[in-house]
Amino acid sequence: MLNETICQQSYFVQGCEDAESSEIRFRLCQELWDEIKTDTEVLQDELNRTILDSLLDFTRKCSSTRQNSDWTSQMRASEIPTAALMLGVNVPDHDMTFQSLSDMLKQSVSPHVASVQAKECGALKHLMKKVLERLMDTVVVVDDEDEEENVETSPRVHRSMHCSLGILCDWYTARTKKSPTGTPGKKRSSQVRDEQQQPPVVIIFKDLEAFNPRVLQDFILICSQYIDRLPLTFIFGIATSPSTIQHMLPHSVSSLLCIELFQSLSCTQHLATVIDKLILASRIHFKLNGKVMQVLIGVFLYHDFSVRNFIKGLQLALLEHFHSQPLSVLCCKKKQALFNVTQLSKPNLDRIRQLPSFKRYVEKQEAQEQVNLMTDDSHLKEVCQQLIKDLHKYHKNYYPILRCLHTLTSSLPRYPLGKQIRELYLICLAKNVWENEDYQSAMKLVKMLAKGEMVSLLQKCVEILQLSKSKKMKNALVQLEELLAKFKQLDTSIPSPIKNLQKKTDLFQLQKTLLEMNESRRAKRLSPFENLRNEALEFIDNLVKSHLSPPESQPLYEVCYYSSSATVRRHLNATPRTSIQAALSNPYYYLQNDSLKSEDGTVSNTAPDICIAYKLHLECGRLINLYDWLEAYSTVVSAAEGNDQDSENFGKVDEVKHARFIRAVSALEFLGFIKSTKQKTDHVARLTWGGC
Amino acid sequence: MTALLQHPGYDEERLKGVAEKLPCREVQAGMLLSLMGQLSHATVSCVECVSIALLFEQVLLSFFGCDAASLLPRSPSLSDFVRVYRQQCSQSPAKQTRYIVMEKAELLRDTDASLLSALLRLQELVEDNVTVILLSEIAWDKFRPNTGCFEPLLLHFPDYSKSELQQILSQNVHPSYSAGFYSAYINILLGVFYSVCRDLRELRHLAALNFSKFCEPLAEGKVKETDTHKLWKHIEPHLKKAMQTVYLREVSSLQWEQMQQMEEEEAGALRGLSAHTHVELPYYSKFLLIAAYLASYNPARTDKRFFLKHHGKIRKTNFLKKNEKTSNHLLGPKPFPLDRLLAIFYSVVDSRVAPTASIFSQISSLVTLQLLAQVSHDDQLDAPKYKCAVSLDFICAIARTVNFDIVKYLYDFL
Repeated sequence: MLNETICQQSYFVQGCEDAESSEIRFRLCQELWDEIKTDTEVLQDELNRTILDSLLDFTRKCSSTRQNSDWTSQMRASEIPTAALMLGVNVPDHDMTFQSLSDMLKQSVSPHVASVQAKECGALKHLMKKVLERLMDTVVVVDDEDEEENVETSPRVHRSMHCSLGILCDWYTARTKKSPTGTPGKKRSSQVRDEQQQPPVVIIFKDLEAFNPRVLQDFILICSQYIDRLPLTFIFGIATSPSTIQHMLPHSVSSLLCIELFQSLSCTQHLATVIDKLILASRIHFKLNGKVMQVLIGVFLYHDFSVRNFIKGLQLALLEHFHSQPLSVLCCKKKQALFNVTQLSKPNLDRIRQLPSFKRYVEKQEAQEQVNLMTDDSHLKEVCQQLIKDLHKYHKNYYPILRCLHTLTSSLPRYPLGKQIRELYLICLAKNVWENEDYQSAMKLVKMLAKGEMVSLLQKCVEILQLSKSKKMKNALVQLEELLAKFKQLDTSIPSPIKNLQKKTDLFQLQKTLLEMNESRRAKRLSPFENLRNEALEFIDNLVKSHLSPPESQPLYEVCYYSSSATVRRHLNATPRTSIQAALSNPYYYLQNDSLKSEDGTVSNTAPDICIAYKLHLECGRLINLYDWLEAYSTVVSAAEGNDQDSENFGKVDEVKHARFIRAVSALEFLGFIKSTKQKTDHVARLTWGGC
Repeated sequence: MTALLQHPGYDEERLKGVAEKLPCREVQAGMLLSLMGQLSHATVSCVECVSIALLFEQVLLSFFGCDAASLLPRSPSLSDFVRVYRQQCSQSPAKQTRYIVMEKAELLRDTDASLLSALLRLQELVEDNVTVILLSEIAWDKFRPNTGCFEPLLLHFPDYSKSELQQILSQNVHPSYSAGFYSAYINILLGVFYSVCRDLRELRHLAALNFSKFCEPLAEGKVKETDTHKLWKHIEPHLKKAMQTVYLREVSSLQWEQMQQMEEEEAGALRGLSAHTHVELPYYSKFLLIAAYLASYNPARTDKRFFLKHHGKIRKTNFLKKNEKTSNHLLGPKPFPLDRLLAIFYSVVDSRVAPTASIFSQISSLVTLQLLAQVSHDDQLDAPKYKCAVSLDFICAIARTVNFDIVKYLYDFL
């Protein structure tokens, strides 16, 4: 473990900007990542908790009907309880879910849990073998006392490993007979102990769709013959829809199962919680800028729906940030950051002076102060400390206000500022949100809210602000509560003009009042409620304007924000074809050899053979004559060798050139740019379009 | 009836007991008994025998004990089995016929071809008084080895008739009700289910699940046990519902029992398995699936018509070939190569998409999700072929979520 960290560290330090501070940065990065990792794991467990609880409930109910001896239970065919777990198409995430699920099952239900994957179970015997191995081997590992005994018996077990479920049955009976004496210290109710004596044997099929239906059917048939002796429970992991079960299993088999459906949280909701806990949190100081967020969310929505990959992307950005940005030493908890400011080296101070955000800050200062900042290091350090403090305050206020704005706008018709908070966050990261047209139309819509809605939304905002500890938020909270109180008072104090009307019976008077009313409506005299609503809106608007300015406006924001979206995209969304084409048409990009430098898309004639062949083939049509191609190639290569253009041998094909050419052509064929064609034997067909 | 079952080797009482356990099979049982006499037997389920080694082992184990079974080598062949069998039976010769009963024998045709023929002549091979009994649900003709073999004696067990089923099911009377009442219940149950299900196990299961509902009016004191018509009126709609739900395993038997205790409206909220058909997919996966559907159901020649801007006016009748006159949807999906899929994908998706690795990996995820099917062999890396495996309803629902009017692009609906 320790070795591993050291190894990682040396890898991190290697080629790192500003090697001096790299150790600290590595440590900070490691700490942050550990925090994020544990957070995601806790989150995962919380999300799985509800499914697991209902699953446990289900297995319990099944086993209780099994053990009953009344008429109905005897008459009923004993079905294998089966939980169909709907997980969604984000297959990469399932491993995580199943891991925590099987851990939890082992902890709280039964030590006998085996998970199998389709790719390891091509035939029935493999499936059988895996199930037996996993069930019986886990016991060997878990139980210290039985270890010796099991080591002795295991050769026998392995010798007859092709054995049937009968072996498992015997093993199970032996285990359950032994166990009651095993846990004397723990107090349990008698019902729980009963369960403990007959813990179910859980088999998890991780990816049901990928299983061979025949194998699955046979396996279920066999299991159903042992269900009386072996309390089996199945869990089917399903990525698409439950009707898959009916597609895969005929009625004769599905009638052996007692299938119940369990819906796991959808991946978009999962992502929303992850973003809520990890991104929109001021306690994690590492941040992504708008473009990087956009890339990560884009990969999620357009490509894989995988939360795990999203977190991997976050990890990549984290590593890149600490690796490439020397000033990331300041991206940590406030106390530590303030200390790190005092330790900044001369080159790092210069780096601060070079930061665009800092330059903007300097320009706003008076002339004398500007000079001080650019020349006096100790003064700079003091200012930096203040700026870091401000940055932390900015984050503390930013997220509560963002959430408030989201609560107000997320239920508006046609969602001008997005349905999900991530959409609003992206808008706010990009530029001043209040200058956005959508923001203005959203505010107009908020102005039309009825009183009840308005009050309940403001109430929610109050709840959000209550969670925040910063001074400004507490002030805002007080003001908001006052506003709410006023809203509530309105009920009692509205004087109704209609009531006054009823008192007056005089026709002339009536006409007069009606006219007055009409006039007042035309002049848009606002009712007290409308006044109050406008006041509330103005209050919110002011909060937004003072706290939701984009991070770029904050001096030193570069310390916390990672902004290289191109790097992230390149790593997460690989484009093999474009890289190959780049390598072939511009070899300098990868080889970094000065002799290969060339302008405007031409390939120098000293480039590798395959690049020359590639360049030449771009100039051809759909069919390429191999001999012409060879001649052209030979001419280019001769020029590169510096042969005299007028000499007799110039451009002549010799054996070496011929061989080099053939090698280049077959490499191109391997890469899929050309293929041989039956139409003409001395021609090859191009498989790509365009070129010259 | 017990008169049919008579054998000097067994005492009267035991035969009577067997006869009670096997109602309505007196004829067949009597026949078997007269053929075989007393049995020493090994029962082997062929589903369970994942390898022939297991089959041999089980036979030897039940005839000669576990010592004999351990004499088999690691992956035994048929001749190993015969050798061990001969050796063992010379030590403990048979006093009477030994029987090997193979359940689900039709599965033997999937194993080594010679195994079934060899088993049929096992008596000659091992020179012992041994008989093999094959039990199967399908006709012998369907799994007779095509190399020819020793023909077994066939004994046909006909399906239970309705009255036989009635007789058998009526035996499991609920202890707190009279036999006549229960028999009336079974009669009603069979009236509903006999047309779809003859499986005794399943019928018994259904009888158990619905009996409490049948007794409901009785417990409330509304009707008497003898008032069959009223009871029928009460239970019939309930059984019809059961046929559409719990019988098809749309809802589990546990849920069904809970539903009976709930109020009508609450129970209506519970949706069956096939009601959940909605599948949420990433944006590009949706378009890949749409492209695959178009590629599978449109003839390749018509791609120009749908995806080129200036395709000219081609009327449908002009390029109809004879075989294309039938609806492509009736013929089912056709295979298409990867590059056609991608070409259609790039023309239907509304933004520029870089050909990234994740686009390709989405295609293979669609295959593992069984929304696409790979037609060519896994090993064929060059130009793999696929088929689209989703229904029209499914693809329409997908297309609607991305505002793509798929019907306009389908040749069948032109």
